[in-house]
Amino acid sequence: MKQVFKRPDCLVDIPFHFCPGCHHGIIHRVVAEVLDEFNLREKAIIAASVGCSVFMYDYFDMDVIEAPHGRAAAVATGVKRARPDNFVFTYQGDGDLAAIGTAEIIHAANRSEKVTVFFVNNTIYGMTGGQMAPTTMIGQLSTTTPRGRDPQEAGHPIHMAELLATLAGTAYSARVAVNNVKNLMKAKKATKQAVRAQLDKKGLGFVEYLSTCPTNWKMTPEKANRRIAEELIPIFPLGVFKEEQAPAEAGVG
Amino acid sequence: MPVTAIEPKGKVTFREDRCKGCGLCVMACPRKLIIVSSRLNNEGYHVAELVDPDRCNGCALCAEMCPDVVIEVWR
Ligand SMILES: Cc1ncc(C[n+]2csc(CCOP(=O)(O)OP(=O)(O)O)c2C)c(N)n1
Ligand code: SF4
Repeated sequence: MKQVFKRPDCLVDIPFHFCPGCHHGIIHRVVAEVLDEFNLREKAIIAASVGCSVFMYDYFDMDVIEAPHGRAAAVATGVKRARPDNFVFTYQGDGDLAAIGTAEIIHAANRSEKVTVFFVNNTIYGMTGGQMAPTTMIGQLSTTTPRGRDPQEAGHPIHMAELLATLAGTAYSARVAVNNVKNLMKAKKATKQAVRAQLDKKGLGFVEYLSTCPTNWKMTPEKANRRIAEELIPIFPLGVFKEEQAPAEAGVG
Repeated sequence: MPVTAIEPKGKVTFREDRCKGCGLCVMACPRKLIIVSSRLNNEGYHVAELVDPDRCNGCALCAEMCPDVVIEVWR
């Protein structure tokens, strides 16, 4: 027998601090596997965010700059422009990217920065205890919407993958989920395409991963996992919203 | 008739000290071979275990779904 599944080389061999069943751990591993596949460990520089993914500098065996809350896309811009031969990416939550960091991501995409952005949408602020995020669904309970999000008062869930797909500088934008193996395989494919968008110098590559937050959703890991298919995907449809083909690939499949 | 032992097609190992007992592997196994056992690890989590190793074909779906990279698979 030969080994068919092991810890990716890009991940340092220490335990994750994430809560039981939190999809952050799966998404970290998917990103690490893809970086392994492209052999990017020595070339990658991470602009890390603030949120439950803040400890990327411990988990990924590569250089990491901790960005102030929301500013990862701006920090990544600076790093990539100074070191264009490095592979530069961010990994941000929805509070980080879609609330305090909205200006940074929109303008980084619009400027066609050659960076890759991994965006984890768990519909809530996880680290700070479950406040409403811009992605919180209508009627969803959070500590700041105890009777459910009311769009008249608190607005509507923001669709970042579709929004960024409207910008000319975005080379790739997709939304994926990791709630079952079928979706996870598509998530890996999308992750690769977002990496290629940068390697082929086409523009900003963006993947939105739907994720659970069992702790702040106040659900068991199993129930939280089921909620992805039952409640999140109907509001946040999965798919590729923009894909600029490299000249050689155009027209193929 | 002599009974021939069938070689299992796959092998999985659980790094129990890292398991948080979330049960996503239990949901992922198409043959329902994994349970969250009553045993605790040092962190106080009930750990996942394979109940019928002989029937494992090494498909690795459990490992794919594990958020803590607890599982390694051979086939
Ligand atoms: C400038 C600033 N404002 C507020 C905070 C507090 N804060 C820390 S994490 C966070 C939200 C994190 O939520 P999200 O980005 O959705 O990530 P998750 O924890 O859900 O993965 C906030 C508001 C901060 N650290 N810095
Ligand atoms: S608070 Fe939520 S997002 Fe943060 S580690 Fe726990 S489950 Fe994951």
